[in-house]
Amino acid sequence: MIRFENVGKDFRKIRVLDGVELEIGLGERIALIGSNGAGKTTLIRCLLGEYTHQGKVTIDGQQPRAERTQVLGKVGFVPQLPPPLKMPVGQLVTFAAAVCGSDSQRIYAVARRLGLEVAPIMARPFNRLSGGMKQKLLIAIALGRDAQVLVMDEPAANLDPEARHIFFSLLAERLENTTMIISSHRLDEVAPLVNRVVEMDTGRIVLDDRVVEDAKLSALFQVHLTLARADAAIAKTLIAWQFADRGQGLEWHGTVSGPDRLRFMGTVSRYVGLLSRIEMKEVDAAVVLQ
Amino acid sequence: MNSLLLTARLDIVESLRARWFLLYSLVFGGIVALLFAFGLTESRVLGFIGLSRLLVTYIQLTMAILPIFVLITTVRSVAGDREAGVFEYLLSLPVSLSAWFWGKILGRYVTIFLPVFVAMFGAVLWAQFKAIEVPWEMFFYYTGLLAAMAWCFLGIGMLISTLARSTDVAQGAAFIVWLSMLLFLDLILLGVMIQGRVAPEVAVGIALLNPLQVFRTASLAMFDPQLIVLGPSAYVILDLFGSAGFRVYALLYPLAIGSLAALVGFLTFRRSDLP
Repeated sequence: MIRFENVGKDFRKIRVLDGVELEIGLGERIALIGSNGAGKTTLIRCLLGEYTHQGKVTIDGQQPRAERTQVLGKVGFVPQLPPPLKMPVGQLVTFAAAVCGSDSQRIYAVARRLGLEVAPIMARPFNRLSGGMKQKLLIAIALGRDAQVLVMDEPAANLDPEARHIFFSLLAERLENTTMIISSHRLDEVAPLVNRVVEMDTGRIVLDDRVVEDAKLSALFQVHLTLARADAAIAKTLIAWQFADRGQGLEWHGTVSGPDRLRFMGTVSRYVGLLSRIEMKEVDAAVVLQ
Repeated sequence: MNSLLLTARLDIVESLRARWFLLYSLVFGGIVALLFAFGLTESRVLGFIGLSRLLVTYIQLTMAILPIFVLITTVRSVAGDREAGVFEYLLSLPVSLSAWFWGKILGRYVTIFLPVFVAMFGAVLWAQFKAIEVPWEMFFYYTGLLAAMAWCFLGIGMLISTLARSTDVAQGAAFIVWLSMLLFLDLILLGVMIQGRVAPEVAVGIALLNPLQVFRTASLAMFDPQLIVLGPSAYVILDLFGSAGFRVYALLYPLAIGSLAALVGFLTFRRSDLP
């Protein structure tokens, strides 16, 4: 489906991409990881036809630069940093829906599922929205159309736990017929979302490996924590994860998305000295969300 | 609606919300209001009185302000958008580069021409309301002249935005372009001629390649068809074009310059890295 053939890119004699060879099939979910300057963003921009480059990039045999409208019509993109657009939300959605051959209502429906009601903010400039609202809207624009390829740069970074879970569920609905490339600095942020990891360093692919994950993207886990003593720092962290205090700061209950388990465990591990019990059990997501 | 019109509409909506547009509109609306407030329609210069006097003053002031305004705001917003990551996102959507580039120019053209025109048209409406005679021929020619001037500097602004990779460089380049044209209006040309290094025809020829000089001369030609105020240079211009011919040249030449600059800008944009 997507092919990078000996792709190279220089910026003022600095080699940023160096002979990248990569083939990605339909339905694959790639974690594109690497430190700053590894070449992830440059590779994504070559895929989006935004950079000129050496070598060849194709999606279904078509080149994104030469056949922009046909190729980009199949690609949904969520950037890491939301663009500082001054246009009203309604205008942005109308424009995106029109050029993508989609329907504004479909985008609003996805936004609503992510917890963003668009009607009250239609006239508000996009750059005046909060970080989370911007991210939800950009995700809604990318998912509110028939994209065969989703390219996302740290897509869930600004989302609250509930929106993250819904986002993962939305991705789960597209597993069969969508290829996903998710870029991140850290593997633990995206590992549960993907089935293949590609690591880049100094413009080259240094690792290309498979990921085994039995839990579904839409899975939900009920978590019960017991603390040895109440502590303000862990309480603040758990409240941020939308956990409820069931016993004077000692007993905490909440739910964690399947793909967020690793991230949650990493967060809680900072307070391991305070933990006297931790229980995690998969539950029916449909029942819990009601 | 096709991608070009959608992009144009997007740029218009963005511009209407920008501070530069508010300032820009206030400046041109304010000029007309001040000219009326100070009773310029009652004053007489070179035999001109009424709305003709106001329009002549308005176009002279516009020629001083519009080019630098258009250049700086165009290069700032386009290069600024690229730097801020707006291009990275919007150009990931399936819109062709030609629709994007020309749509942006079209949208920007509407936003820079409309306030200038509306201010002048407002003056005409007010004159009709006050039963002041409207010099329609002058109004239509000046409208054409303003349209050509706006297009000329918009094209140059888009070319600079495409070539410059940062807002600072783009702004600096725009300022140098404007300053060079300004200096070639009189100062440098006069110096060159005084030193006697070039023939007067060559100096006048260089002046006629300068869009600012062309606008200035054309606006003078409306109330001074023999271009007496220009002195001996008038002979070269009138021998070369004739009075009516020069007025046509003053419309077509800046349009050609603007179109050529925009076309080179587009070809460069299409071949270069977009964000």
